[in-house]
Amino acid sequence: MQHGLSRFNVVSLTLGIAFLYTPIALLVLFSFNESRLVTVWAGFSTKWYAQLLRNEGLMNAAWVSLQVAFVSSTIATVLGTLAGVVLARFGRFPGRTLFSGLIAAPIVMPEVITGLALLLTFVAISLDRGVLTVIVAHVTFSLCFVAIVVQSRLLAFDRSLEEAAMDLGCPPVRTFLTITLPLIMPAVAAGWLLAFTLSLDDLVIASFTSGPGATTLPMKIYSQVRLGVTPEINAISTIMIGIVAAALAIASLIGKRRMNAERSQ
Amino acid sequence: MRSRLHHRLIAVGKRLGITGRGLAIAVPYAWLAAFFLVPFAIVLKLSFSEVVIAIPPYLPLFEWGEDGSFTVNARLDNYITLFTDDLYWRSYLGSLKIAAISTAVALLIGYPIAYGMSRAPAAWRPVLVVLVILPFWTSFLIRVYALIGILKKEGLLNLALTSLGLIREPLTILNTDIAIYIGIVYSYLPFVVLPIYASLERFDLTLLEAAADLGCRPTRAFWTITLPLSLPGVAAAALLIFIPAVGEFVIPDLLGGSETLMIGKTLWSEFFNNRDWPVASAVAIALLVLLVAPIVYFQRLQAKVAHGERW
Repeated sequence: MQHGLSRFNVVSLTLGIAFLYTPIALLVLFSFNESRLVTVWAGFSTKWYAQLLRNEGLMNAAWVSLQVAFVSSTIATVLGTLAGVVLARFGRFPGRTLFSGLIAAPIVMPEVITGLALLLTFVAISLDRGVLTVIVAHVTFSLCFVAIVVQSRLLAFDRSLEEAAMDLGCPPVRTFLTITLPLIMPAVAAGWLLAFTLSLDDLVIASFTSGPGATTLPMKIYSQVRLGVTPEINAISTIMIGIVAAALAIASLIGKRRMNAERSQ
Repeated sequence: MRSRLHHRLIAVGKRLGITGRGLAIAVPYAWLAAFFLVPFAIVLKLSFSEVVIAIPPYLPLFEWGEDGSFTVNARLDNYITLFTDDLYWRSYLGSLKIAAISTAVALLIGYPIAYGMSRAPAAWRPVLVVLVILPFWTSFLIRVYALIGILKKEGLLNLALTSLGLIREPLTILNTDIAIYIGIVYSYLPFVVLPIYASLERFDLTLLEAAADLGCRPTRAFWTITLPLSLPGVAAAALLIFIPAVGEFVIPDLLGGSETLMIGKTLWSEFFNNRDWPVASAVAIALLVLLVAPIVYFQRLQAKVAHGERW
């Protein structure tokens, strides 16, 4: 086939990438704007970042969000890794169909339904809403994403290494810890990162399951955005984008190093 | 064979006690049962309850009287409300309309991008894939927020268009349905591009060579070979944007106008503003019913694609 790009291909790629990145780029740009108005460039300034640091409401919410994201993504990674291993390696067991359905469903479920259902459950068991209930809610949906990531990595490996270890008398739990887990570690790390960003990003489910004193950053941003666009929100958005970009850069660097190490072996 | 036997022996042997295998299944299973399965049973139950002004704001569905009598307070009122009050009808239809139009627009924009990616030199492709995925990692809420600054009346889009002399009066885009379409397409575009790209990328190029050798023009080859073969990817892409768009709350709430009705927004206000939990539950159940068919279809499509079948 005639490889290479036609003019149409170049134009659609350029416009597509521009469409995806222009809003984010403008958001970052205007966080450094001297003026309060989003359309008037009045010179470079970091005053909105300074103001942000003095905004206790936003800072508290950011702290709550980071705690929730850290704890929930860690629990979700443990549970999700187990679930991924079960799906990829355990073959048939009673209730497997329901299990795989329970892993797939939260991913496609509209957030308003998941949020409502969890809230009603917390009310039914009279669990006071707060940081704990948000963590439980976030673990529930993010463990499914971790499970899918881990499962697909495991399916890419054949079982020969694990079977060899077991044939040589290695007990299953030890086989898992010394053979399987190191093999799937990149997927586990990616799953953790995904769970972390999903938790940091969630507005709808947190709004349903949170209580007084547990306002997360997206909830705070949402309530401020409803009142109007402010450069402070641009500033905190820029910081969040920066954190995620840094995390992704580090993750891909580690991934590359591992790949090089594997190749040289 | 050996491994299957091995697994079965372990399964039988370990049914008696607590084992690593049993625990690995039980722990995530129990979590999902407690926080996903049970909650849905509760929503279903509550959708048949009666609303009262109390804490919690509904009557119990089952009651055991002191004399040992058992009453069921199940009512269909909430569902009847869904059918009779046209607020809900209009919300459902509004959601379906907005999701359908957004899906169509996203496919029209996403397909050429995916096609361009699949035509790019092999060394560029991973870079292009990363470029398409990256926006997905930045916060959804932040990306929707970024659109507000662009779309509002005194926003950047109007500024650009007026200074280019394309329009005289600023356009009203924010708080209209058009802003919702832009928001949904913008937010979900990576989900649309990637499945189409995946189906175009693994495609057997010798087919096109054969067509060209036999004198088929490239445009005709596209319509008769490339497009039909990429349809499973297109279907997956369509469902990946349609399903979440139907239940979307943030985008219609922040970008849409007050007269735009979407079911996710209606559920939210029923719950938070009217505090009518039973009706909110009935809305949730009805939304779920609406989405069951596309979700099941999507799962089957995924299974087919995973097995490399043609449809």
